[in-house]
Formats: sequence, structure tokens, C-alpha cells
Amino acid sequence: MKVWFINKGVLNVKIKAQYLYRVAGKRSKSLFRARDEKLYNMGIHILTICYLIASVTFILGLKMLSHPDTARRGNLVAAAGMAIGIFGTIFLFEHEVAGTKEHLNNIVLIFVALTIGTVLGFISAKKIQMTAMPEMVSLFNGMGGACAMLISLIEFNHYLHTAMPKVGDLIFLTEELTTVSIIAIVAGLMIGSISFAGSIVAWGKLRGVIKDTSFKGQRNLNMFLLLILISAVAVFIIKTPITSDEVGGFSLPFADGSKSSWAVSSFHTNLFYGILALSLLYGVLFVLPIGGADMPVVISLLNSFTGVAAACAGFMYDNQAMLTGGILVGAAGTLLTILMCKAMNRSLLNVIIGSWGGGAGAASGATVSDHGAVKEISLSDAAMVMNFANKVLIVPGYGLAVAQAQHTCHELEKILEEKGVEVKYAIHPVAGRMPGHMNVLLAEADVNYEKLLEMEQANDEFKTCDVVLILGANDVVNPAAKKDPASPIYGMPILEVELAKTVIVNKRSMKPGYAGIENDLFFQPKTSMLFGDAKKVLQDLCTEIKTV
Amino acid sequence: MQSVLDFFSNHIEIIYIVILSIFLGIEVIGRVPSVLHTPLMSGANAIHGVVVIGAIIVMGQAQTDNYTALVLGFFAVVLGTLNVVGGFVVTDRMLEMFKKKKTRP
Repeated sequence: MKVWFINKGVLNVKIKAQYLYRVAGKRSKSLFRARDEKLYNMGIHILTICYLIASVTFILGLKMLSHPDTARRGNLVAAAGMAIGIFGTIFLFEHEVAGTKEHLNNIVLIFVALTIGTVLGFISAKKIQMTAMPEMVSLFNGMGGACAMLISLIEFNHYLHTAMPKVGDLIFLTEELTTVSIIAIVAGLMIGSISFAGSIVAWGKLRGVIKDTSFKGQRNLNMFLLLILISAVAVFIIKTPITSDEVGGFSLPFADGSKSSWAVSSFHTNLFYGILALSLLYGVLFVLPIGGADMPVVISLLNSFTGVAAACAGFMYDNQAMLTGGILVGAAGTLLTILMCKAMNRSLLNVIIGSWGGGAGAASGATVSDHGAVKEISLSDAAMVMNFANKVLIVPGYGLAVAQAQHTCHELEKILEEKGVEVKYAIHPVAGRMPGHMNVLLAEADVNYEKLLEMEQANDEFKTCDVVLILGANDVVNPAAKKDPASPIYGMPILEVELAKTVIVNKRSMKPGYAGIENDLFFQPKTSMLFGDAKKVLQDLCTEIKTV
Repeated sequence: MQSVLDFFSNHIEIIYIVILSIFLGIEVIGRVPSVLHTPLMSGANAIHGVVVIGAIIVMGQAQTDNYTALVLGFFAVVLGTLNVVGGFVVTDRMLEMFKKKKTRP
């Protein structure tokens, strides 16, 4: 204690010296409120304009992406803006080291990393099967989340290492670490990690590597985890203002209370890594119980999470491109998630908690108890029926996508057309794994655009149609959505296939679709079932019809 | 109370940007047809890859002897670039098919 006292003066001077050095060498983070304008030269002004261009292209890009005619150009516009932002940063960004402006270090390494990322990204995006698109998007989304997570980690460490003097266990962080920065760092860490872990699980699920897993009390555990996580973050960001005499009698020159001087102890450091671990765990547990067919909604949600994480990084650097880009995606992504849910007539909460089945399922279970047996049809009979039909409507669904049967489906269409049968496709907006998935899938197989009927058109045509061939679709043709107010999918617009003369349903088994409810359609007298993998069945149908 | 008010007036530009961007983000995709949900999601996915700019800055500010920061930063740049490039290319591939269909009728 005595030694402490004697050394106090010396230490105090030391602290002051270090502080002055730090202030002089403070990294400039005030692009945003560039009051000290004269510090910047032309480059930095041009960079600001680059970021402005990037922000505008992001807005334009999103706008154009939401109209079919301009979508592709919109994507390119956003990409161009992104390139301007990235290269502007590399060549024009300046930070100050000990009072002098310097361009970024490690340029070579940055370019190596950029090249690796570009080549890998380009090849994997080009090579991926059309059917595997959703999981690819999820994987890329996870990468973005991981990137935000790493940025937060590095920034935190950076502050620790360049921090003001250490006194005992406490490390004083400089005033440049504003409240906004602290919140941004820890929020970026949390959201980025959740998005990363969640996206990887979603990716695994879509690939079929990870199965849906839920255990009793998982919902409560998730809630509990989230609560802990949020309180941990709150504890982390609530800073104790330091008055000059508070710590061991030191007068800390920057600790005038009004500035955001901030002391971290090893407790904070541990808490930081604790938040990282908890977030990763939460990301996994959040996605794990959600059914595979709901993944598009989850990916869209995680997508908006990553947007928010990117915005956090934008706060850290006062970087407008990251800020606007991130917030835009966060907002648009959230709306898109809700729109997707709406198209499936579900609420977001419903998807997350996964309350299908349960009470609602039991209710509709009562109405389906009076079913008769399902009627099976043989391949040759099915081939015969279709061969002698005038008009066949094909309803593709999840099963077609899983079996990757789009090419075989197109082949069947051609064979039938040769035999003089009119063939069209009835596309439900949410058929398949993602909204619009069927259009993409069938377009890949070169199916003529004019043959794809939207739901309303299709519902008009079913009346004049002899055979409806349903390929792995279930809930989108379930009449309960129209007739049974107790059904959880009641109110969802469906394809009214029962209007046709004959309905042939191809499914792998009698297992219900992702809504987890029985389908009356399968038990109706005009319906017959054709069990098996969609691709196999279609191939066999093709051979059968050729020989008729 | 004082500190909350201070916070607001000190960061009012950022707060404006955030709020306006939220409304813009919602407004801009408000009327998207469901056929475009997937490509739009993918496009938005590519746009949040803008986080790579942060990774580049972090990497560029790292001291050349701070290996932890360098390694982590390197990964951050690679992952961020993957997000950007992969995202835009995948979106373009999806939309390529829409375009093909659009030119036919």
C-alpha cells in the first residue's frame, strides 16, 4: 500500500503521457461527422462519394429486384455499387497513426483474401445445382454473419491492446470508444454469431445432413437462453462512469464523466467471450427444431439478422455504405420474411415456435376420421389415363424438387404432347422449398414459360381438365384450406384440383406435408395414388406412355 | 435522462439514417410478387455482404505483427467476399432463368 502510494505520482505522469500519445495517434473514426475537415485530403472525399454511390445502388438494386422485368439488372447495379465501395475502401481509406495519415496496411494480404473469396464464391455459385440454391444462399448468409462476428472480435481485442493504462485488473478504454461503438461491437458479435450458427444449421438441414431435432422444453430453454443473452449484453454495455478520484486516487485525465471513458475488467473480457459462445449456441438451438420445409422463412429471417449485423459494423466505423446497406437489408429482409409467411398463411411466430400439429392438428384430426381407404393406381393404368386425356395439368411441389425430377417431368410433357395431349403446369406461389422455386426449377428444365399457369389461371382451367397429376405437392392442394375452418391452413389459397375429372397423386408415402395435417383430397373417389419417388415414377410413366 | 438526451443529439444524423433506411427498406420491396421472393432474398443476402468493407478496414488497421488480428481478419475478408461474390452470382443465375422466360412470350 505504501509502495502504491509513493508510486502514485509517477504512474499518474505515465498515464498522462500515454494518454496524450493516444489522443494524438487516435485513429480517425469521424468520417461521419467530419468536423476536422482539414485533416482529410481528396482521397477521403472521393471515398465518401464512393460510399454514397454504393448506398444509392443498394436502394436502386433492391427496388429493381422486386420487379420481374428489371430484376436482373437490379442485381448487377447493386453488384457494381458493391465493387465501387470495396475498391474505394482498399485504395482510399485512410486512418491516422501517430498523427500521420496512412493508407491501409496489409494490402497484399487483403488482395489475396479477396481473390480467394472471389474464386471460391464464383465457382461454388456457378456449380451449384438449381435445386440446391436455397442452401447455397443460406451458406453465403452464414459467411456474412461470421464476417461480422470476426470484425467484432478483432475490434474488441484491438481496443484491449491499444487501451489506456491498466490499473490492477481494470483496463481503461479511451474516449474514442463511444457508447455507440460498444453497443455496435457487442450487438454485431451477438447477431453475427446467431446468424452464422443458424445459417449453418439451416444449410445442414436443407442438405439433409442435420435432422429436425426437438426435445421437451426446448422452447423454454430457447427463451431462457435468449433472456440470459440479452441480459449479458445489457450488463456488458452499461458502463460505469468514472470520476477522477474513483480509482485508487488516480486522476485520469480523460475521466471527466462526460466523456465515455470506460473501464473493462477481466470480467468484461470473459463476458464478451461468454456472449460469443451463448450466441452461437442460441443460433443452433433456434433453427434446430424448425421443420426443414420452413427453412426458406428461417433463411430469410437470418438474412435480415446479418443485415443488422452489417449495420452494426457500419456504426463501428461510421461507415455509411455498411450502415445503409445493412439497415436496408435488415428492414427489407424482415418484411420479406413476413411476406413469405403470409403467402403460406402463417404467422412468423408460428414458424419459429413451430406450433403446427398440436392443438390445431388434433382439431382437424377429428374431421378426417371418417375417411375411407385410399385408392392406388398402377403405373400402366396411370399411363393409360393420361395418354387418352385431352388435357393434363401437372401440379409440381416439394416432392418434385427433392427428387430433382424437373427434367424427367419436361420429358413426360413432351411425350404427352406428341400424343396430342395438352399439357400445362399449375404453379402455386409457395409450392416447393421456396416461394417461386417451381418457376426457377421448371425454367431450368426448359419448360416453356407459357405453360406455367399461375394459381388463378390454373383454377379456371381445372374444370376443363381431364387429369391432374400432382407431383409431391400436398398442402397447396388440400381442400381443407377452403372447407374446414378448424384446419390450421384454413384460408390459404389453394389449387382447386378437385374440379378436374381425375386426380393422380404421386407421393412417396402417406405422410402428411409440412403442415402436419391429413389431406382429404387423397381419400376422394376421383383421386388415385401413385406412390414412389417422383423421378422414378415419371421415368416409368414415360416408358409406359411410349409403349401404349 | 441527461445522458439519454445527449446521446440523441450527438448521434442525430445516424438516428435519422437508421430510421429513414428502415422505412425505405420496407417501402422499396413492398409490392414484390411472390415469384421473386427467392431471388430478392438472395439479392439482399449479397447486399449485406457489404460487411466485407468492415473486414477490409479491420485487416488494414491491424499491426503487421499482430498475428491473431491478421489471421482472423484474413478469414473475415475471405468469408465476406464469399458472401458478396457468391450472393450476386447465385442471384444472377436465378434471374437468368426468369429472363429467358420473359423473352419468350
